[in-house]
Amino acid sequence: MIPELGHFALILALCLALAQGILPLIGAQRGNLALMALARPAAQGQFVFIAVSFLCLTYSFIVNDFSVLYVASNSNTALPLEYRVSAVWGAHEGSLLLWACILSVWTLAVTVFSRSLPQVMIARVIAVMGLISVGFLLFMLVTSNPFDRLFPAALEGRDLNPLLQDPGLIFHPPMLYMGYVGFSVAFAFAIAALIGGHLDATWARWSRPWTVVSWACLTAGIALGSWWAYNELGWGGWWFWDPVENASFLPWLVGTALIHSLAVTEKRGAFKPWTVLLAIFAFSLSLLGTFLVRSGVLVSVHAFATDPGRGVFILAFLVIVIGSSLALYAWRAPTVKSGGSFSGFSRESLLLINNVILMVTAFSVLLGTLYPLILDALNLGKISVGPPYFASVFVPLMLPLAVLIGIGPLTRWKQDDASSVLRRAVPYLFTAIVVSLAALYTLTDHVSLLTGLSTVIGVWVIISAVRDLIARARKGQRLPRAFIGMSLAHFGVGMFILGVTLTGAYNIEKDLRMDVGTEVTIAGYTFTFDGVTEVQGPNYVASQGALHVTRDGKPIATLHPEKRTYRVQTMPMTDSAIDVGLFRDLYVSLGEPVDNGAWSVRVYYKPFIRWIWAGSLLMALGGLFAASDRRYFIAVRKREDVPNAAPARA
Amino acid sequence: MTRYLLPLGLFGALVALLFTGLYLNPREVPSPLIDKPAPEFTLPLLHEPEKTLSRQDLLGKVYLLNVWASWCVSCRDEQPVLMRLAQTKQVEMYGFNYKDQRDEALRWLQMFGDPFTASISDTDGRIGIDWGVYGVPETFLVDQHGIIRYKHIGPVSQADLDTILLPKLRALQGTSP
Repeated sequence: MIPELGHFALILALCLALAQGILPLIGAQRGNLALMALARPAAQGQFVFIAVSFLCLTYSFIVNDFSVLYVASNSNTALPLEYRVSAVWGAHEGSLLLWACILSVWTLAVTVFSRSLPQVMIARVIAVMGLISVGFLLFMLVTSNPFDRLFPAALEGRDLNPLLQDPGLIFHPPMLYMGYVGFSVAFAFAIAALIGGHLDATWARWSRPWTVVSWACLTAGIALGSWWAYNELGWGGWWFWDPVENASFLPWLVGTALIHSLAVTEKRGAFKPWTVLLAIFAFSLSLLGTFLVRSGVLVSVHAFATDPGRGVFILAFLVIVIGSSLALYAWRAPTVKSGGSFSGFSRESLLLINNVILMVTAFSVLLGTLYPLILDALNLGKISVGPPYFASVFVPLMLPLAVLIGIGPLTRWKQDDASSVLRRAVPYLFTAIVVSLAALYTLTDHVSLLTGLSTVIGVWVIISAVRDLIARARKGQRLPRAFIGMSLAHFGVGMFILGVTLTGAYNIEKDLRMDVGTEVTIAGYTFTFDGVTEVQGPNYVASQGALHVTRDGKPIATLHPEKRTYRVQTMPMTDSAIDVGLFRDLYVSLGEPVDNGAWSVRVYYKPFIRWIWAGSLLMALGGLFAASDRRYFIAVRKREDVPNAAPARA
Repeated sequence: MTRYLLPLGLFGALVALLFTGLYLNPREVPSPLIDKPAPEFTLPLLHEPEKTLSRQDLLGKVYLLNVWASWCVSCRDEQPVLMRLAQTKQVEMYGFNYKDQRDEALRWLQMFGDPFTASISDTDGRIGIDWGVYGVPETFLVDQHGIIRYKHIGPVSQADLDTILLPKLRALQGTSP
């Protein structure tokens, strides 16, 4: 009964989405206020029904209703409750439902926080989001219904993929989707502005907080995914450049370009057509990412052959959404006048370089991701494009971009003098070099050119961020939150660069055969293997190793890495044990048993790896902070007097 | 106007690509090496680099040569299939570790299992060129006389194994199940 209720709610949501997508658009064209006013209630109703549907599926998981095919395929009575809840989005159908659910949450937020916007604009924005929702709901109902029944019901479920049974995976997909789907708001604003022909600074100001919040969620989501991979895959890596990761990274790159170009459009009125195009691209890449991930077209190209119906549906949806918006762009953009002239050296031109670098990077990553598919489509066989390609393309593009972070905020809008900016920058650059050299000198005795260079750049970014804050505060002005947010995010970028550089250059990895009592010393830490015992988990059995770590005879930690075998899916899983520290992680994972109680053990020393995620989180926090800036809410307060609007949105 | 149409045009090309991608079949890609003698090679063993393995050492038995690398994502997909095949002891499998680093390759085998009688390292990929390797993973079926009988491109699925590789293998071995 409950699953049918969920199914029915989904159908009702589709009906409301159709109404929300079509009627306000007609109303906006004809100036019919009644039709336009339908947008808000329709969107809110749609949210209610999708939420009901989502809760119904969650309920089916909680009560182990194995008469629902999706539950039977992805759950098990022995699965702990928190994973039964997160299993809702553990596979194809449920992920789509989560997607639709988050889209309706964003739409709801738009209906609540956009009261100051003109009726026509808001009607169009909500309508565009409604049309996107129609596509997803239809896709779910036609090809991937999560409420399909299994008759006769299964006695026991097939269990959730063990890889997904990790706390990181509870939060990673919802966070990531918040980011992905959040770009639909910027997209809807761009489309609404294109339809209405009002592409101006106001439009940029409306889109900006939404874009920055989704960007922050995406940043946090990607960081969580990377943290999960580090914990769960057992080989100490934090980024693998595999297609699924790239699918989330592409919208991030374009989204980063978008928040910077929106700044130019808002402040200076320049870059308008370009900003609109970026808004379309960011969301298109989110959709493309969903397509690539959900269809499995890249990870295993032939997964599609089993059900080309799904692939054709998503592709048709992509064609309609992206094709029509690009056509609309081609039709409308030529009429937009890009205002705000600027000279060859100005903050605008630096931000233009930022955009170019980010887009080139995004294109290179896209090319590397799709290359196996291109070769396959041309019948040239199947290949994997590996990390060497991405690393060799990515690093040389990102380092100059990071250098610019320290120069951009020093430079004035419209026009500036390159030599005077450089003169102002030199003392900080000098400080960065001295600090980096001193730090590297105390840390290590060998420095490669690239490591030294990256460290200097990382420190330079951090120093510049602090410098901008202090300079602004000295002027005696009240610091706008947008500015604090920007500095926080840039500070995070610096930490991220340092983390990546120092982990990459100075990590120590040892793969050893360890008997009980074997000792190994790396980077001053002595690891002693105390043997392996059998442990019973709720739905797995594990061989749990114990290693105690000492430094100069003093105990530091006892680590318990596990090798788990899940009962239902009989898949061996590595669960590493990590002693976390601000300046280093000690990472241990079990390989295979060798003989007589001896195991192959991987012992890693990872300096500064926390800085990668700490930096990413600072970027996300910076984004949220910037989005809560007063100026986005002034109009709201005047009309409604809602003092708490700002934190509520963040 | 034209420059504003450019994004739409690029998107059209992308759609064409993705659409083709939808209907790709795991087709056999003809290799000029089929039914020709396997190229000569003498390469160090991955586990014991001081020892080598050559084409002559493998004459007289039917074997599978699987090209893999630790940087190859699809290789992770096929490894469980190969592991199961190894347990049935129907055929000897040799790993051809392509353009890889030794320590990473060894670690990868520990992670995902080692179904191979031995793996050989083609660190600079030179022998891979002789074998016509243009993607990883690839799997070659070589008979008693050192003749390549079949080449599979991409990860080997259980279905590929059951419907193509094992029947061919049994025919070559002269035994039926």
